[in-house]
Amino acid sequence: MSVLVQETPFSVDQQQSLFLASSSGAGLVTFTGYLRDFSAEGGIEALELEHYPGMTERVLEELGVAAVSRFDLRGWRIVHRYGRIGQQDPIVWVGVFADHRHEAFAGCQFIMDTLKTKAPFWKKEFMCDGRVLWVQSKSEDAEREQAWQEGVYE
Amino acid sequence: MLTVRFFSLIREALDCEELQVEHQETLCTVGDLKQSLVDNGGDHWREALYQPNVVHALNQRVVNTDHELKDGDEVAFFPPMTGG
Repeated sequence: MSVLVQETPFSVDQQQSLFLASSSGAGLVTFTGYLRDFSAEGGIEALELEHYPGMTERVLEELGVAAVSRFDLRGWRIVHRYGRIGQQDPIVWVGVFADHRHEAFAGCQFIMDTLKTKAPFWKKEFMCDGRVLWVQSKSEDAEREQAWQEGVYE
Repeated sequence: MLTVRFFSLIREALDCEELQVEHQETLCTVGDLKQSLVDNGGDHWREALYQPNVVHALNQRVVNTDHELKDGDEVAFFPPMTGG
């Protein structure tokens, strides 16, 4: 049941070990998001993530608590980077424990889909051709978050 | 006093990360504050703060522009979030 927002790179193995040491359950689902090396605009060299300190941690904490209540999770952990992200670096890691696979899968997906539009992070892409572009929010992300609100996936 | 913060492309467009604004009686709501910033800042600020989908936060919670202000509040303006 914890949130970690940090500038320095993190190890996925280490985060999973920390989570396993603090939570348990019959079903563990994890998600790791890495920097993609391309977009519709072309090749991406690096990413910079800006965030709203304080609000970010609170939103993620409330999201985890909501996921426990909604999917009867036994544990959760959300780790998110900010600052400069290089190729192959993980950006986000989410782990959830539940007694059954359906709740574990749904809880993890709920956290990720909601995090994308509710946690105050903003991505800036440094393209291989030298351009620097702020990532625009995607309508499909907002639609997925709205669908969770409406209970479409349950 | 009100603390006003800007993030992402709004921060870059305004070349301003944070402002301290005196909480006058005329600044009743987040919308009043926004209009006051534009009135003082001009077209450049209007373009940044009135672009579609600007998100408003009061004391680090997303709110509508009709939310009331009190002295000591922190107000933030930023574009839609792109985490994950």
